[in-house]
Amino acid sequence: MSGSLVPLAKREKLRLALSVNGEACDLVVASYKTLLEVLREDLGLTGTKHGCELGECGACAVVLDGELVLSCLVAAVECQGRAVGTVEGLRDGPRLHPLQEAFADHGAAQCGYCTPGMLMAAKCLLERTAQPSRHEIAQALSGQICRCTGYLQIFDAVAAAAALQRGEPAPAPQLPSLHKGTNNGH
Amino acid sequence: MATDDPGGRSLQVLGKPLRRVDAVGKVTGETLFADDFALPGMLHLKLVRSTVPHARIVGIDTRAALAIEGVRVVLTGKDFPVPFGILPVSQDEHALCPDKVRFVGDPVAAVVASEELIAEEAARLIEVSYEPLATIASPEQALKLPEPRIHDYGDGGNIHKAVAFDFGDVPAALAGADAVFEDLFFYQGNTHLALEQHAALAYVGSDGRLTIASSTQTPHYLHRAVAKVLGVPASRVRVIAPPQGGGFGGKTDPFSHEIVAAKAALVTGRPVKIALTREEVFYCHRGRHPVLMRLRTGVDRQGGIVGHSVETLLDGGAYGSYGVASTFYTGALETVTYRMARYRFRGCRTFTNKPPCGPKRGHGTVQPRFALEVHIDKMCEKLGRDPAEWRIENAVAAGSLTANWMQLRTSGLCACLEAVVAASGWKSRFRKLGRGRGLGIAASSYLCGAGLPIYFNEMPHSGVQLLLDRSGSVTAFCGAAEVGQGSDTVLATLVAEVLGIDILDVKVVTGDTALGPVDLGSYSSRVTVMMGNAAVQAAESARDRLADAVAARLAIKNERVGFGGGRVFDVSAPEQGMAFAEAVQLAEARAGTVGTVGSYRPPRAPGRYKGAGVGPSPSYSYSAAVVQAAVDDRTGIVRVEKVWIAHDIGRALNPVLVRGQIEGSVYMGLGEALMEEQEFLRLPPRLSHALVHQAPSMLEYKTPASLDMPEIESILVESPEPMGPFGAKEVGQGPLLPIPPALANAVYDAIGVRIDEVPITPEKVLRALQASAKRYGPDKFPSVPWPEPLSVPPPWEGGDGSALNERKSRALRERPPEVAES
Repeated sequence: MSGSLVPLAKREKLRLALSVNGEACDLVVASYKTLLEVLREDLGLTGTKHGCELGECGACAVVLDGELVLSCLVAAVECQGRAVGTVEGLRDGPRLHPLQEAFADHGAAQCGYCTPGMLMAAKCLLERTAQPSRHEIAQALSGQICRCTGYLQIFDAVAAAAALQRGEPAPAPQLPSLHKGTNNGH
Repeated sequence: MATDDPGGRSLQVLGKPLRRVDAVGKVTGETLFADDFALPGMLHLKLVRSTVPHARIVGIDTRAALAIEGVRVVLTGKDFPVPFGILPVSQDEHALCPDKVRFVGDPVAAVVASEELIAEEAARLIEVSYEPLATIASPEQALKLPEPRIHDYGDGGNIHKAVAFDFGDVPAALAGADAVFEDLFFYQGNTHLALEQHAALAYVGSDGRLTIASSTQTPHYLHRAVAKVLGVPASRVRVIAPPQGGGFGGKTDPFSHEIVAAKAALVTGRPVKIALTREEVFYCHRGRHPVLMRLRTGVDRQGGIVGHSVETLLDGGAYGSYGVASTFYTGALETVTYRMARYRFRGCRTFTNKPPCGPKRGHGTVQPRFALEVHIDKMCEKLGRDPAEWRIENAVAAGSLTANWMQLRTSGLCACLEAVVAASGWKSRFRKLGRGRGLGIAASSYLCGAGLPIYFNEMPHSGVQLLLDRSGSVTAFCGAAEVGQGSDTVLATLVAEVLGIDILDVKVVTGDTALGPVDLGSYSSRVTVMMGNAAVQAAESARDRLADAVAARLAIKNERVGFGGGRVFDVSAPEQGMAFAEAVQLAEARAGTVGTVGSYRPPRAPGRYKGAGVGPSPSYSYSAAVVQAAVDDRTGIVRVEKVWIAHDIGRALNPVLVRGQIEGSVYMGLGEALMEEQEFLRLPPRLSHALVHQAPSMLEYKTPASLDMPEIESILVESPEPMGPFGAKEVGQGPLLPIPPALANAVYDAIGVRIDEVPITPEKVLRALQASAKRYGPDKFPSVPWPEPLSVPPPWEGGDGSALNERKSRALRERPPEVAES
């Protein structure tokens, strides 16, 4: 396998200018890096996660020129002069984005590791569709794997955020019904 | 234990749908997981892993790797002479293999370099020569081939552990039974697939401490392993468990990469970091054991169980891990749901040349629960009984001592069954939905924390320390690890409730062995109960300190001091009082800095036989589920339409989080039941003939995605459990258990075939439809050389919980022997 290695000396660095969350960034990065690596390692924006680095889990989803992309599959060199949006840019100063409020209220983030990718995918959905159906929400998130929630609280949160964005009151979190139990006795 | 009534008022924080204390960090991306840490001067670590399943290491040539610019150090097995393992009885792992590899993926060497890519390339230049040994691929092979031995310890040949118990004479009971039923089942192995890949950063801090920040559910056990393997005094080791991106049991063992990173930090004097690839995570595994099971049950004329027998054969993989505990767990909780007069258990775990299995959500009990609940469904069918009614009629009474000496306390089993029967319309719909659509029911139970620690000691299982600041802020310190389940929120909630303050006025400091008292870790559904009880004790002690000071100031008796709404006041004249911060200041002036502690150790279990240490718990949660499925008999595709699930929670401390645990468990149970498979295949001889993972990627290892999720109706059965904090029981693992069997039973209701094996794939459904027996599943259980069974009479047949044929010291009689648990 050693024959296939690219000599390290040949690995170039290149200058990359792009906009991240509305701010201009001008940096020098290794040419082999993915957008995910540049965000996390060169810009210190660790909000974007990785779960596979093969485009299979959706954790690294970001918005590139308005489109949802998996940043582990995008070469950083392709981002020259383009605009990237990450979870760090979602909120408006101290004010959380309605999706962030709703995810927090509805228990849509358990471990929180898929959450940044989920939020970016949901944001793209809400920009296309102001009142998505349950099925449209599930479809829009079908590339994002979550191992904690079973997805339903995430669907609720996206629907609640859509309501907030339409200026409607936010629905309260749905709770399990409560039964007063009695002990087994014989 | 605390009750309903913290200082004579209604609950203010508990039971409310509040946000998690860490919610904002998670939705803004600010929460730092292990791989989000970076330090100046940080080096990168890569492991070289075995490409062959079983071989002796003949030589390792590291010269080419060392010649690469940027490589700082290369480590091999000779640098790690001291073995480790999570259980004291299975210290069978080395951070890097010294002489032998036991599965594809076993780490043999490590490269530390200035850049991750350089480490990766140098790792590829390390040449390991192997002398191959015969590969043991399955438990059947392990039983047949005692040589070559994968390990030189265990119960002979390639048997890691074999156990046998007779709780009364089951053969005699079966001989006298009105009917006897026998079934074979197989539960395929599967893995946790937490979204976060394991990562660790090790460094020697400016305080001289060897520090490891790692995605671990068990910082205390990692702390012990690092100190032992590296020979560093434990007082100079610090383990930080940052919040994890999911665990599900996959991060409860100490791992090679953690120990190698720590060693590399010592050797280089620099911070060293490693993040595993997804493929490496699949090979680290420690997930659900594949288990073959044979069940035999005798019933009397009323359908009551007179004798029940379970035999289990576990495919353990290449190392011990939690396997001894897993083996016991395949039998320990068999008795806690339905009355059985006598019980016989045989369990055997074999070593195989595959990644080690260990604990996954429901550890060791998910497989026999699947078997038992499908077995009962078949039994009821033959007896002409409604399976829901049979379960309710035969439910073990609360407070029972079971045949294998498990002490039950509260039980909401019947209430759970009744709730899902009512919600699903069971009585009018079961067996009546027409071909292609069916309902299935199952019930289950799980621990609320293991009764014994992993290594025997008499110290608390969890400790909480509180510091009350004169600002009115309270800091709660505890070693518990937040894996995503919400343990930080549970801690803040309980302290806030007792002290009558806002949840956001409690700052939690957790998952750091240098900053908080020990909590044994996030496993066995123990944190809410054990940390929770410790937190309540510490908070009540703080409340007493404040009450003394406030009573003196208001010139009233202590009992009249109330806490609530951020105030401390006279309960008979609530306007007389002060802000919480002022009360802290009074207490501080009166008796010095306000710090309190609480700790918790579970009650002693009644069983005295060797093995009685696995299964006891302060209390047991109960669940019941009805699954509705549509099955296409042309394609074999099973689609789950709806799940009704009821869970006996004791008391829900936060209903939003509880819903998340229930739905997450249902989701994971459906994944195991329908598609998840940790399966291995042999490469052809011309390609090394290695035993490799069939699908070590998230694309090919199938899990349910958002579009696969059915509607779930969750019902909470609340009847406070005196052993739990404010009556709470666990919810993180139990609700997974009824899902796979309820689904299998629904498939039978839909198309009349029995799939006695998970996952229930379309192929198996079609094969069952074609089979004359209308069944797919295992048809034989190999012969196992069981040891002489321990004979322990059930409580109603006399005896004191010890084995009649076990010789043991007085010390053993006084405490259950250490077997370890999870």
